Amino acid sequence: MNNKIGAKKRIEPYMYLVPCLLIFGVFLFYPFFKTIYLSLYKTNKLGEAKLFVGLGNYTDLLQSSSFWNSMMVTAIFVLIVVVGSMLLGLIAALLCNKAFPGIRFFSTAYALPMAIASSSAAMVFQIMLDPSVGIVNKILHLDINWINDPKYALICVAVLTAWLNSGINFLYFSAGLGNIDESIYERASVDGANSVQKFFSLTLPGLSPILFYTLVVNIIQAFQSFGQVKILTEGGPGESTNLIVYSIYRDAFFNYRFGSAAAQSVILFAIIMVLTLVMFKIEKRGVKY
Amino acid sequence: MSVNTATNPNGMVLAKSKEEIELLHQKMNSRAKTKRRTKTTLLVLGNVVMALVILLPLLYAISIAFMPSSELFTLDMNLLPKNPTLQNFKEALTKVPLVRFVLNSFLVAGLITLGQIISCSLAAFAFSFLEFKGKGILFMLVMATMMVPGEATIISNYLTVSSWGWLDSYPVLIIPYLTSAMGIFLFRQFYMTFPISLYESAKLDGCSNLRFIIKILIPLTKSAIGAMAVYTFINAWNMYMWPLLVTGSSEMRTVQIGISMLHSVDAQSITLMIAGVVMIIVPSILIFIVGQKQLIRGMFSGAVKG
Repeated sequence: MNNKIGAKKRIEPYMYLVPCLLIFGVFLFYPFFKTIYLSLYKTNKLGEAKLFVGLGNYTDLLQSSSFWNSMMVTAIFVLIVVVGSMLLGLIAALLCNKAFPGIRFFSTAYALPMAIASSSAAMVFQIMLDPSVGIVNKILHLDINWINDPKYALICVAVLTAWLNSGINFLYFSAGLGNIDESIYERASVDGANSVQKFFSLTLPGLSPILFYTLVVNIIQAFQSFGQVKILTEGGPGESTNLIVYSIYRDAFFNYRFGSAAAQSVILFAIIMVLTLVMFKIEKRGVKY
Repeated sequence: MSVNTATNPNGMVLAKSKEEIELLHQKMNSRAKTKRRTKTTLLVLGNVVMALVILLPLLYAISIAFMPSSELFTLDMNLLPKNPTLQNFKEALTKVPLVRFVLNSFLVAGLITLGQIISCSLAAFAFSFLEFKGKGILFMLVMATMMVPGEATIISNYLTVSSWGWLDSYPVLIIPYLTSAMGIFLFRQFYMTFPISLYESAKLDGCSNLRFIIKILIPLTKSAIGAMAVYTFINAWNMYMWPLLVTGSSEMRTVQIGISMLHSVDAQSITLMIAGVVMIIVPSILIFIVGQKQLIRGMFSGAVKG
């Protein structure tokens, strides 16, 4: 009897973990290892592993200009998105740093892009960027075929993504600014510092812990963009917006090369893992609130 | 500045008459006031410009949604509809089963949110109040899942669920998302702030673990649950890639997939597509505005304690 109760007590803690470990096991750990496994095989159209090729899929990728193009495009995209969305978020947070009438309306407006789906936003941007009826050409008095021109398509998708991601950056930076001690500004004013000096020597250093954290989060998020590419450009024109996740999608579901798509997934995972580890390191060390 | 020289050396102030000092005071006050006023005006002005930039896509979408199709296709400036109409909304509702999409999305996002709150509360409880073998390793394992982007496992997941014959059903949209490492982490952060004696005294009173979670932990962590609910619901509502892969029939489509169906139809239907987009953005924006405070508090209180 006592033994039974003891056994029950020993098992009980694990019962609370069953729901989450079950879901993680089936839909995260299992597919994770299956992806690595698939990446070593050539598959048939149903995605069944048929022919073991070892690292063949990876060496094929490293020799394919399409893959390098995709990596290059992704890198440029991430750069534009991260700089753009962090700048938008920072400017908005600075504008809402001091109380003024209507601040609640404005801070809600700046955070709002968080709530918008990438697919919905892409459809709106498509109309805005339309060469003949779109508002962008009309306002700027330009005649540019934004989405169908390989020169501009990537920038368009990146600007859209920067806009989408700016909302959460605004919240991060607002929290960061709120943590800077007001009195250092007063002392600087007494010493005769102007606003530009105060920004570069007080505000930016004060933000630096959250700045690094936000940077890494933004990079990770930008790598995972998909909906906007699918709707706005479908990777084109040519392959000028063939971001890594879209390239995975296309290899798997249009070319039925599941092995190659799995290899690209593994590469994507490796990039994200390194970035996450960096983030954890920074979080442990630098972020002081 | 002349004001400074008049006030700083004490002797000079003493030398002035009372009226003169009074006058000086008023002058300085009004000068400071105008300075403050111009600063506030500039600040508000800057905010108005910024808000217009940020909100432009949304305002433009709303404007087009009310525009008759003929008004969109001009080369003139057409920021606002001249003859606003509800026709686009009506047509969007009849041309595709939008109501069905909305119901699907509410069902899927609602159940995902509920499921995550339950599974994350249970796991976080075990990780913060119970002692068991392998606790550290299991927690590391859960945290490690944050490193695996959903996009990297999506192909294997697709192959798995299609081999089970799960495609095009509600379970396939919901079950893979029923837990989250972020949620477990957030709840655990909150639970760690409670003294262990809270749990011990409840145990002494004969309270079972499950009762402790439902009666004590959940009411005490309402703000974390609120933050998590807003975040999860909006993300589930906005999900795109997974539903795109696993749904085929229009009965199972969620809002984001359903609306992008309108996208490929003819050019004449641009206005009704945007009307559809506006209709499906409204729920997520409303939930965001209502839950914003909770979300921010939950997001950052976790970070502060971490």
